[in-house]
Amino acid sequence: MNLSHKEIQETLDHLDLPHGIVNAIREELEGREIAKEQLQEIIGQVVEDYEHARVEPCEAVGVVAAQSIGEPGTQMTMRTFHYAGVAEINVTLGLPRLIEIVDARKIPSTPTMTIRLTPEYAYDRDLAREVAWAIESTSLLHLGSIATDLAEMNIIMELNPSAMDQRKITVEEVADRLREETGLPVDQRDNVLIMAPKEASYRELLQLVEKIKKISLKGLEGIKRVVIRKEREEYVLYTEGSSLKKIMQFDGVDPARTKTNNINEIGEVLGIEAARNAIINEATDTLREQGLSVDVRHIMLVADIMTVDGDVKQIGRHGISGEKASVLARAAFEVTVNHILDAAVRGDVDDLKGVTENVIVGQPIQLGTGDVQLIVSRTR
Amino acid sequence: MTKFVAKDHELVPEHIILLPEEGKEVLIKYGVDAAQLPKIHVNDPVAKEIGAKVGNILKIIRKSPTAKHSTFYRLVID
Repeated sequence: MNLSHKEIQETLDHLDLPHGIVNAIREELEGREIAKEQLQEIIGQVVEDYEHARVEPCEAVGVVAAQSIGEPGTQMTMRTFHYAGVAEINVTLGLPRLIEIVDARKIPSTPTMTIRLTPEYAYDRDLAREVAWAIESTSLLHLGSIATDLAEMNIIMELNPSAMDQRKITVEEVADRLREETGLPVDQRDNVLIMAPKEASYRELLQLVEKIKKISLKGLEGIKRVVIRKEREEYVLYTEGSSLKKIMQFDGVDPARTKTNNINEIGEVLGIEAARNAIINEATDTLREQGLSVDVRHIMLVADIMTVDGDVKQIGRHGISGEKASVLARAAFEVTVNHILDAAVRGDVDDLKGVTENVIVGQPIQLGTGDVQLIVSRTR
Repeated sequence: MTKFVAKDHELVPEHIILLPEEGKEVLIKYGVDAAQLPKIHVNDPVAKEIGAKVGNILKIIRKSPTAKHSTFYRLVID
């Protein structure tokens, strides 16, 4: 008596196994005639194998993860910069980058975004370049030159028409932006802008020049450079500097596929689950780029524990290790004296439940065979 | 121009608000208190979009490299 397709599907749907495994069974059984006992036998075998492969309860997964990431870490380069393309944007990689990820720094040392474009823009180099110009922060130095005239005590800005054309900005717009930012009158003669400081002093003049140089006339503040690269068929923009929230508003940018390497920024803009995924992706990419392979489960555990409280916290003194319940475990990590002193002042009690505390006091640790406790039943 | 929603992003997995009964079932299944669940802030962009309230339990269906899909639960806190 063979089972019908529907009956097989129903049995499989009710299995308490990961989707990946259930799907594998489903694919294997596709189009095969099978009896109920046979199906039960197959499921029994799979469940047994799965239980066997599964990590044991009370296993010290954290220590295993730490060592599994730590050992390949010793083989990583201490300082590497990678040039994305031809001597263009550099990104921190290797060990410094891995440290940056687990430290959950607010701003990474080299923030960068990977901007993917909507289908209308992604396959056209000129349109992609247009988006790039719109995003890149443009200062006056990109458009022309600044000179100071000491005799007249004014600043002469000569703008280059072709550079302005490329960046789609007009002399009037530049003049407006300057007026807005400095609050001073701007004199416009063709492609030349002339400004004077409030007081006709040498110091004021130089200060104004510095100020003008810093003004962002167009584009996003903080995006210092944008590089276009062709990946497979698509044009992808890489930026130096990161501003995820603002970039998503731009025409031509595909917000669903645009990323940054700043994990905290992802956490703020896309939520904690996205931050968890970002940690996993960034860590795996960093390790893979160095030719190291670490099982993704270890990295997933790290990402899970970093995001467990709803915001990204670091592995370290101000995060996971600093929040341990045990005084001795915290003292064993960093700033020993402070922890013991504070605990003494507060009158803290250590329950000696963890590994570190028990090693310190010389007791068996509560893991593996050490986790089994015998209790006498008095009634028998 | 349409406003971007965080839950459309490829990094964001599906978040579902559980009904109180469903939430209780989860707690019984794992034998834990609500406070022992992992947390998510109410002002988390995705929690805000789906309109989660403090005390709700969210079911998150993650894409997992090892198990294809895995379910995860988070308690909404403020």
